[in-house]
Amino acid sequence: MPSPDLSILIIDENRIRASIIEEGLREAGHGRVAVIHDVNEVGRSLQQTMPDVVVIDLENPKRDTLEHFFSLSRAIRRPIAMFVDRSDGAMIEKAVEAGVSAYVVDGLKKERVKPILDMAISRFNAFSRLTRELEEARGALEERKIIDQAKGILMKTRGLSEPDAYALLRSTAMNQNRRIVEIAQSLITAASLLGP
Amino acid sequence: MSRPLLTAGFLPLLDSVLLVLAHEMGFADQEGFDLALTRETSWANIRDRSALGHFDIALMLAPMPIAASLGLTPLATPMVAPVMTGLGNNAITVSADLWRAMADAGAPGDLEAGPAGLALARVVRTTPRKLRFGVVHQTSSHNYELRYWLAASGIRPDRDLEIVVLPPPLLPEALGSGGLDGYCVGEPWNSVGVDRHGARIATTKSSIWQWSPDKLIGMRADWAERHPDTVAAVVRAIYRAGRWAHEPQNRLPAAEIMARPPYLNLPVGIVARALTGEIDSGVRQLAIPDYFIPHAGAANFPWKSHALWYYSQMVRWGEVAASPDRAALAAATFRPDLYRAALAPLGVPVPAEDYRKDGDRSEPHPTPALGGDLLLGPNRFFDGAVFDPAALESYVAAQRAE
Repeated sequence: MPSPDLSILIIDENRIRASIIEEGLREAGHGRVAVIHDVNEVGRSLQQTMPDVVVIDLENPKRDTLEHFFSLSRAIRRPIAMFVDRSDGAMIEKAVEAGVSAYVVDGLKKERVKPILDMAISRFNAFSRLTRELEEARGALEERKIIDQAKGILMKTRGLSEPDAYALLRSTAMNQNRRIVEIAQSLITAASLLGP
Repeated sequence: MSRPLLTAGFLPLLDSVLLVLAHEMGFADQEGFDLALTRETSWANIRDRSALGHFDIALMLAPMPIAASLGLTPLATPMVAPVMTGLGNNAITVSADLWRAMADAGAPGDLEAGPAGLALARVVRTTPRKLRFGVVHQTSSHNYELRYWLAASGIRPDRDLEIVVLPPPLLPEALGSGGLDGYCVGEPWNSVGVDRHGARIATTKSSIWQWSPDKLIGMRADWAERHPDTVAAVVRAIYRAGRWAHEPQNRLPAAEIMARPPYLNLPVGIVARALTGEIDSGVRQLAIPDYFIPHAGAANFPWKSHALWYYSQMVRWGEVAASPDRAALAAATFRPDLYRAALAPLGVPVPAEDYRKDGDRSEPHPTPALGGDLLLGPNRFFDGAVFDPAALESYVAAQRAE
């Protein structure tokens, strides 16, 4: 069972990733989730939300700033320790690989926090996967454009049909043990050098 | 045996120059290992990834491995430091507005810590709002030297002004946008503030405490235990890099390497200032030859007394409670024994003692050494205080009483 009474603060400059994590936590039954995008706002947020768990992306250069706020908030008796349990090496490893770091109020039971961190880790990983796929899709689109352009050059200069132009690119690539897009790029470069 | 490849973390700071030179100039190669240098975004990441073993070694703030060994850090993994990466190299930089007020209050603009501190104290007393200063990490030389300077100038760091934490590359812009009135940071981020945000350098680490330690190469104690030959090779590579960087004709080439995109990614002209000691404070050009000391005066030797000084400041500012056990843990983090053993094959002079006094010499002076003669640099604190590691308790007590 989730622990709906825990207060969770998510700090992430990436708004999309932050909302993906927030959504996951809400779906899991956590009602007290706050999100901020800039560590500079954290002083006020700590006072307002009194978080039990703080989740921040590891690449955020302001982790030092955040930790300093925590040390100041010792004055209001909110000691916060990093990660769930110092002995839980595998958990920490998974979190760091996913790019998540988390701070948890001292004395909180591990079984209450672990599902929250598991959620944050899996959503971070899902986000990285999405970003990677998007980049790959973008890359594929670029390649497609290059190949289309090379086909166009062959059709014009050699009077080939589109399927024949593509077949020529493909067989050249196979013969030279290179990728079609590389052959296409060379062709475009050569054509621009030789000029009309 | 296979050739070790060490993953080494660093931040974009000129203090990483010896680590970078060990890689770029082949000193690591000469010692039979390779370096995979990884630029990080925060000291917190350097600390955590070192503790987790993602980094075999890392450029660290001198108090950082001590804090880890004392259990003050989240993962509390004991660390050791067998070699230092130089002395000095920090400054305290203020906004154009604050400088104007300090100049009106009598700051002469010569970068001397004493008069600049008195002028700041006058400004603090007459400014209705609290001034805000930035440092790079809580357990950092910067935090302690800023606080030392403030306290000795009659300013109470936790009451009369506000100290916040930001990573080095973000400090100049925070000052430029009015979020900070000043900061203490390593080069080139003071010069970047001067060049791009109209800031003024108010004083330097070399004036607050002459020839004082700042950064080191830290590593997990258990890793060092398991890889004694590799640790010795690292010490020698850093020592060789320091010896190379010491030569005046190599200062500009070193700046050119550090200016490259994977390291600082800044114009050589800015990077070169600390390496040549030709400082543009924003007020005037000054020659400060001891601004950064990569090698001279046993700059790479990890004095246990310096570990104790950092420990004394942790106690002073309430980060750790004083106890003889904790003092012993702090001193044990610095490993002059590993340094001496590593350098023995080179036949170069090394300090014979592990502890020394600081604050008692204003001139270069000889120190007991093995394998030759060795001169240490001047070591004055600007307020004239003396740190005697044999009288640690009374030093701590006197500072706590202030």
